[in-house]
Amino acid sequence: MSTVKLTVNGKAVSVDVEDRTLLVHVLRDQLDLTGTHVGCDTSQCGACVVHIDGRAVKSCTVLAGQASGSSVTTIEGIAKGDELHPMQAAFRDNHGLQCGFCTPGMIMTSIDMVHRHGGKLDEATVRHELEGNICRCTGYHNIVKSVLDAASRMKVAQAAE
Amino acid sequence: MGVEGIGASVVRKEDKRFITGKGRYVDDVKLVGMTHAHFVRSPHAHAKVKSIDTSAAAKMPGVLAVLNGKQLVDDKVGNLICGWAITSKDGSPMKMGAWPAMAPETVRFVGQAVAVVIAETKGQARDAAEAVVVNYEELPAVPDIRAAIKPGAAQLHPEAPGNIVYDWTLGDEAAVTSAFAKAASVVSLDITNNRLIPNAMEPRAALADYDTAEDHYTLYTTSQNPHVARLVLSAFYNIAPEHKLRVIAPDVGGGFGSKIYIYPEEMVALWASKKVGRPVKWTGDRSESFLTDAHGRDHVTKAEMAFDKDHKILALRVKTHANFGAYMSLFSSAVPTYLYATLLSGQYVIPAIHAEVIGVYTNTAPVDAYRGAGRPEASYVLERLMETAARQLKVDPAELRSRNFIRQFPYQTPVIMAYDTGDFVASLEAAKKSIDYAGFAARKAKAKSEGKLRGIGVSCYIEACGIAPSKAVGSLGAGVGLWESAEVRVNPVGTIEVLTGSHSHGQGHETTFAQLIADRLGISIDQVQIVHGDTDKVQFGMGTYGSRSAAVGLTAILKAMEKVEAKAKKIAAHALEASEGDIVIENGEFKVAGTDKKIAFPMVALGAYTAHNLPDGMEPGLKESAFYDPTNFTFPAGAYICEVEVDQNTGKTSFVNFVAADDFGRMINPMIVEGQVHGGLAQGIGQALLEGAVYDGNGQLVTASYMDYTMPRADDLPSFKLSHTVTLCPGNPLGIKGCGEAGAIGASAAVINAITDAIGHNKLEMPATPDRVWHAIHAA
Repeated sequence: MSTVKLTVNGKAVSVDVEDRTLLVHVLRDQLDLTGTHVGCDTSQCGACVVHIDGRAVKSCTVLAGQASGSSVTTIEGIAKGDELHPMQAAFRDNHGLQCGFCTPGMIMTSIDMVHRHGGKLDEATVRHELEGNICRCTGYHNIVKSVLDAASRMKVAQAAE
Repeated sequence: MGVEGIGASVVRKEDKRFITGKGRYVDDVKLVGMTHAHFVRSPHAHAKVKSIDTSAAAKMPGVLAVLNGKQLVDDKVGNLICGWAITSKDGSPMKMGAWPAMAPETVRFVGQAVAVVIAETKGQARDAAEAVVVNYEELPAVPDIRAAIKPGAAQLHPEAPGNIVYDWTLGDEAAVTSAFAKAASVVSLDITNNRLIPNAMEPRAALADYDTAEDHYTLYTTSQNPHVARLVLSAFYNIAPEHKLRVIAPDVGGGFGSKIYIYPEEMVALWASKKVGRPVKWTGDRSESFLTDAHGRDHVTKAEMAFDKDHKILALRVKTHANFGAYMSLFSSAVPTYLYATLLSGQYVIPAIHAEVIGVYTNTAPVDAYRGAGRPEASYVLERLMETAARQLKVDPAELRSRNFIRQFPYQTPVIMAYDTGDFVASLEAAKKSIDYAGFAARKAKAKSEGKLRGIGVSCYIEACGIAPSKAVGSLGAGVGLWESAEVRVNPVGTIEVLTGSHSHGQGHETTFAQLIADRLGISIDQVQIVHGDTDKVQFGMGTYGSRSAAVGLTAILKAMEKVEAKAKKIAAHALEASEGDIVIENGEFKVAGTDKKIAFPMVALGAYTAHNLPDGMEPGLKESAFYDPTNFTFPAGAYICEVEVDQNTGKTSFVNFVAADDFGRMINPMIVEGQVHGGLAQGIGQALLEGAVYDGNGQLVTASYMDYTMPRADDLPSFKLSHTVTLCPGNPLGIKGCGEAGAIGASAAVINAITDAIGHNKLEMPATPDRVWHAIHAA
């Protein structure tokens, strides 16, 4: 057992965990942040993606102890009060989700994708970058539309700042 | 139509919780005092359970109980059932072997549960499960159909000699034989429909809560049909009487058929919850999902088609072996019979058809309905045969199909189904135009000059869904009726709750069902709440599968709305001192036609509940329910055309274009319909190019994780070009056919037809991996 201290969605937290505890289970079971999901046991499906210190990471592949001292952002932390993040709004407006289970991971991965590409994305790049996120419902067609739509919204927002 | 009415691509109401991480899936639910279950599962495909030593496990930290299959028997918990009775051609009933939730004596597939640990934490349950010592005596395993039907093969069930579940036939054998004798040409094909694993992204889970004070159970389950779960758990598994069992299917992360069935895990969780006196939660690992979710497809077929000299089809003969796995799952018997053979006419006039289907037990996971359920298998047989015939007869593949299309409706096929309406020519023409079919020859030649292989493949599918008319399926052996129920409750202030027996696990009912109400009353969908998924709230319903929610579920809502509107008009007429027949509903108001006398809907509702001014003899309140039983299946149909480029050096297939022209009748929300098509196409393409469940010679599942089972990812798939033609379904007032499974039904054949066209070689198995394609290209 160890005590792990980290920041989650801007709040300092301290949790006592067995050493084998994964970050995703700390989020879901101890912090009641159940928006991050577990979809597989081989680190491939991407339903567990969060941001650690600003970068997309699969939280099923990180021990809680490894996240000690870092700043974690989950799907619950990206809206500003009632104002949705442009990526969230884009998924809704483009019907980029059906059952919703892969959606938090898709959104977190895609936000990171847009940041890394400076908002310049095309269909082929988006599809390639989504290789670590599996969806069974949408066939990805509208997810790609959502990400490209969000990229242009985020560019506009950035230019306006 | 209105901005939120029928036909509007309204953005979904339910999205808010999903995009903000506030969805409520079963594993998200936490109850006070909750314990965790972890199952001990057989590592062998076929074995006797000689002993189970739980003594070490029981002493480990946090363990409350270690339970086994013998205790289930002692507590008289029933075995799993199959709900559709199929009779063999010799008149004998299907041969059903017993399937206990945890095996007391014999395990018959890798992953079958033999014991369960209940502990304070998941980790403690898992640790203790590893300390349970099971002594197995291994038996020979039959890993596939061929091994199972070999003389001398190990027998799985004493009830089923030769491992045969049934030998069923449909059609006119004599007429077929005589037609083949007269045929100008015969085309034959051996076809394997590869075994698939559904893999909804949310693994199955169950949270069972036994209330000791009330002797009452609550079950949270990842189910497509919570009321059916309650019925089966009470009436057949003897877990609890129905009135003492509440089943809740909250947000469910995809189903595709795999979450229809009532599995061992939820049975055991409920039973264990009573034993330990605390809530018990089980959440599957993905590997448990691979091993124990019902698999799909797995047919081996020999098919032959007879043609006359004008290339018109004379007859079709099909013999299929269908793999049931180790046990008969809930719906399994119907899938390769009444959901398969009855679609073997396809879009074509085929005077004589005969099908024989032999169900076989193997030491693999049970097989049951998976998106399309029987219709993908039928469509694949037909569309591969037609393509093969076109090449053999040297006719354009689209032209051969068109020459044989059914053009007059209604059309009675020789295999039970009577198609109500359709226009197959329109879809094929739309698809051909969309992909520029006429220009393909030039594109293929240009590619060839650049050293590339291009191919085009057509797939004209029809399917039967909107499951189903109760009397018809009852006469064919179904144990249940397949109607749907709806209750429309108007609240005193005029907002509306619609309680539906349908369940949404991605289909968007909270929006599309509200659109119907918005359309009829001229109110906003924000005034309408759709309630589903809780047996305490919704009167009995049959659930969501078989592309039935709009055709059957929404029609039930419409029937209830008609009753609500009739009563509301009476109330309004009385209040406005007008005749009932002069009342029209417009923009949320009840008006006397041709005048400016009107009363807003909320005031009508209030009037119903204050009851100060109701017509004599009228009961207060404004709430009506309806049970709707469809009169026929519905028949979505369409044409898919796929253009691919195959790399001769690597065997890799890339998509140049994939077009779909579907006829779904009336579409409530075209954006949601297209989403359903995209998802179905992805699964059909997945089957054709990427997916395939593989068991080795010992019955070990070799493809038991995403490392080995290839799920379609975003860069495996193209963007799709969709279009729609419309022939309204005459079977329901809205003219809806349904759309949920079409993509999975028609896509695979289009892909394989395209690849075989590209490489000039017709024999190619699914999945058409680069390895298989490369070998086909380079075969002598």
